[in-house]
Amino acid sequence: MIVNKETIAELAKENKRLDNRTLTEFRQPIQIETNISWTAEGSARVQIGETVVMAGVKLSIEKPYNDTPDEGGIMINAELSPIASPEFEAGPPGMKAVELARVVDRGIREAKAVDLKKLCIEPGEKAWFVIVDIISINDDGNLLDVAGLAALAALKTAKFPVVDPETGAIDYKQKTDKSLPLTKEPLPITIYKVNGALMVDPIREEEKAYEARLTVGSDAKGTISALQKGGDVALTNEEIGRMVDLALEKASFLRKELTKGLKLKQ
Amino acid sequence: MVYNKRVDGRKIDELRPMEAKAGVVKNANGSASFKIGKTWAIAGVYGPREVVPRFMANPRHGILRCHYTMMPFSGSGERIKPGRSRRAQEISMVMEQALAPVVDLSAFPNSVVDIFVELPQTDAGTRCAAISAACIALADAGIPMKDMVSSVAVGQVDGTVVADLNYNEESYPAIVSDIPVAMLHNTKEISLLQMDGEISKEDLLKALELAKVATEKVYQLQVKALKEKYAVNNEDN
Repeated sequence: MIVNKETIAELAKENKRLDNRTLTEFRQPIQIETNISWTAEGSARVQIGETVVMAGVKLSIEKPYNDTPDEGGIMINAELSPIASPEFEAGPPGMKAVELARVVDRGIREAKAVDLKKLCIEPGEKAWFVIVDIISINDDGNLLDVAGLAALAALKTAKFPVVDPETGAIDYKQKTDKSLPLTKEPLPITIYKVNGALMVDPIREEEKAYEARLTVGSDAKGTISALQKGGDVALTNEEIGRMVDLALEKASFLRKELTKGLKLKQ
Repeated sequence: MVYNKRVDGRKIDELRPMEAKAGVVKNANGSASFKIGKTWAIAGVYGPREVVPRFMANPRHGILRCHYTMMPFSGSGERIKPGRSRRAQEISMVMEQALAPVVDLSAFPNSVVDIFVELPQTDAGTRCAAISAACIALADAGIPMKDMVSSVAVGQVDGTVVADLNYNEESYPAIVSDIPVAMLHNTKEISLLQMDGEISKEDLLKALELAKVATEKVYQLQVKALKEKYAVNNEDN
C-alpha cells in the first residue's frame, strides 16, 4: 500500500487510520510462540499484524566485571536483517538497529528485571551472562515494541543449561528446569505524535508520518525504566504526561497478552 | 565396522521429517520456510532491483546474490557472534552457484536478485536447507527459472552410505563423510558438491546415486509448498 503522509495525518486528526483501528488500538491478534529454537536457552516468535520478530537467549559463564564481582550480566542485541524489509541493508547494524537494541536493553537492565546477583556462581571468578538476540523477520511497523515483547517472552522461557560439576563446562544440549531470576516484566511501548494526535502500533506507512515519538519502558507497577524520544518535533510536559499514561496502559495490555500466550503453550 | 543402525533409528535412505511453506515473509517478493529435522531455514527474495553498490551491476544480465546467516542463538553450542564469518561467506557463494544454473536473469540487466536466508535453529545440513528454501522463495517471487534445485546431504558413516546426516552422525566416532549436494530436478545434474571427511570413489558414486532419490523427496515437498500457496481457492493470494 502506498499512501502519502498527508493522508495519514488528516485521518489521525479525526481519530481514524488506514486499517480502521482507533489511534490507540494495537493490531490483533498478538501472536506469541515460545521455544521456537531448540539451540537457544529460551526463544520466542512474536507477530503483531504483519510485523514478525524472533528473539533468542544464550547463556555463558564468564568472569564478572571488576566493579561488580558478585554479579552476572545481560546484553540485548538486535539485527535488522534485510530479509525483513527492502529498506534494511546487509552489513553491520545501522542506527535503527543500534537504537532499538539499546532502548530494549535499557528497559530491562535499568528495571533490574534480571537479578544479576543471582547469576553469580563464584564472586570475582564466574557468573552467568545473558545475551538476548533479536532478529527482525518482517517489518510492518512498530518493530521496537514487538522486539521488546519477544525479548521478554524469550527471557521468561529460558532455562539454564546443564553444567558439568567436574569440568565446569556447559552442556548446551541439556537444559535444567531452572528459569532465569526474572523479577519484573518491563515492556517498551512507543507512542507516536501524528498531526497532534497520539497513536500506537503504527504500520510501516504510518511510521513515516510521525512528528515525534516517545518510547516508554515500564513494569507492572508502572515504574518507568527507559525513555527515548525520537523525531524532529519537540514535546510539551503535558504531551509527555499523556504519552506516558498511554504507554503504561498499553504495556499492561501486552503483559496480559504475554501471560495468555505463555499459558496457551503449556 | 558395520554401521547398520543409524543413531536416530532412520533407514539409510530416510530423510529427517520435513516441512515447507511458501510466502512466510510479507515484505519479500518471494519467501519460504524449510525445516528438516531440527534445522530450519527462512528465505526471503528481494528483486529484481537496482544493484547497490553500482559497480557490481552487469549490463548483460541480472545478478543473483545470496546472504546466509545463522541467527546468533542457532548453533548447538555457544552463541555465534553476529557478522559475516568466513564460513557464512563461503556458504553464501556456493548457494549462488547452486542456484545459478536454473535462474534466468537475462531479462534484468543491471539488476540484482537478493536472497536472504536466516536460520533460527540448526542441526547439520544448513546449507542444503538454505538452498531448498531459497529455491522455493525464488519460484514464489516469480523469478524466471528453468528447473528446481533441491538440496540434501548424503554421506558415509563407518562404511555405510546414508542420506541426510544429522549432527550426531557427522560427529560419529569413525570415518564419516558429509557431502552436501544440490540437484537440478529435470536433468539430475549436480550444482552443489562439497565434502568434509573421507570417502572412496566407489562410495562417493554410490552416495551420489542416493542423492538422486533423496533430493527427489525434497523436490516433491518444494512443489507441494508452492502448490499450497497458489491453490486456486486460497484467499491469501
